[in-house]
Amino acid sequence: MRYFVIIVGAVLVNNFVLNRFLGCCPFLGVSKKTETALGMSGAVVFVMTVASAVTWCLDHFLLAPLGLGYIHTLAFILVIAALVQFIDIAMKRFMPPLHAALGIFLPLITTNCAVLGVAELNCKNGTPFLESVLFSFAAALGFGFALVLFSGIREKLALADPPRCFRGVALALVTAGLLSLAFMGFNGLVKTPY
Amino acid sequence: MTAILTATLVIAAVGALAALALAVADRYLAVREDPRIGLVTAALPGANCGGCGFAGCGDYARALVAGTAAPGACAPGGDAANSEIAKILGVAAEATERRVALVKCCGTRSEAIRVGDYNGICDCAAAAATAGGDKGCRYGCLGYGACANVCPKHAIRIEDGLAIVDKRLCVGCGKCVSVCPRRLIELVPASATIHVLCNNPVRGPEVTKVCGVGCIGCRLCEKNSGGKEAGHFTFNGFLAHVNYENPPADATLVAKCPRKCIKEDPHFEAGV
Repeated sequence: MRYFVIIVGAVLVNNFVLNRFLGCCPFLGVSKKTETALGMSGAVVFVMTVASAVTWCLDHFLLAPLGLGYIHTLAFILVIAALVQFIDIAMKRFMPPLHAALGIFLPLITTNCAVLGVAELNCKNGTPFLESVLFSFAAALGFGFALVLFSGIREKLALADPPRCFRGVALALVTAGLLSLAFMGFNGLVKTPY
Repeated sequence: MTAILTATLVIAAVGALAALALAVADRYLAVREDPRIGLVTAALPGANCGGCGFAGCGDYARALVAGTAAPGACAPGGDAANSEIAKILGVAAEATERRVALVKCCGTRSEAIRVGDYNGICDCAAAAATAGGDKGCRYGCLGYGACANVCPKHAIRIEDGLAIVDKRLCVGCGKCVSVCPRRLIELVPASATIHVLCNNPVRGPEVTKVCGVGCIGCRLCEKNSGGKEAGHFTFNGFLAHVNYENPPADATLVAKCPRKCIKEDPHFEAGV
């Protein structure tokens, strides 16, 4: 039950993009087509889950025992950047089809604020390992959910004829705001642990 | 002091470890690509137009090296790129004629009759889906620029309700050919100069009702270019079509067309 609450909390109630406003640049950048949005979501889910596991280990086994908790942001950036590059190389070798689908998005999210944000949150909340990984996975799912929803709306909006001053980024930002407002409706749905 | 030292050392150690891991991965996990792929990719123009039928220049290069594609499919690169690729791959190059898009319609706003007002989405497919669009001729250019929007080289512009291709910019990728809902764009050899700019195959009286410059299939162009035996023109219903295997060279055909739909090199001129 606790795990279910974590998932619902991270996907709907405290959605990463629409409620915590993390990962806004890919949210606006790759949301013009649902196809690319799906590819980006897949890459984010993969990287965030793996990165949170690695950063949790780094924090608990290296930084915390040495009393270096204050420096974790720097260490996380370093490790996540290297990790994503490593995954890119390994995936190209061992999983070419997956690399073909996610490859171009991997470098884009090297030190994406959502990826770093989830590591920071896990660190701040002091959650156990399994919960941290689950929370990261769910948060990435929430990110992907918001991204795909948003891209669907933008695909429809591309056919609309808005006033000149609203065209392009302006309309995208207004839409993002409205979507965020809609997600406010999930507030209080479950009592989230974090 | 020790705190600063530990922090610096730990971060340096983490960084060094990460660098080492990446170096090892790059050395032992890297995918060995055929070096010819890089060479062929460099020889291709990098337009990523998709005219060869592959997703981009990189994909085409991979297929070329794998032997599943033949050189000569790259229209933007032309003969120079194709012979370069053939040299890298060690096969004989075939000379290819550069092909450019031709919009087979010359029904400008003043010539072609409009049967209604269209105020919908500015796109040819949408206009064609709305009761067939505002143009009386069901075969002519709608002029809402679906081809111009899809052109990677910005070689197509809309002038007086008609799409016009700039021959100098066109790379012959064929994207406009497939996007046009009226299917009136054709890839023709760049060296051909005489073109029939009409796509309407119906009978003469029907054509003259909707357009001042539509082909009525009178076959005068065929007669004036040496008759049927010369084979410069083919006919589809009541529509003349230049036989690009054997194109006519006589520029006087242009003035002799009673419907004024045969044009000489319309690509360069503004407003056909």
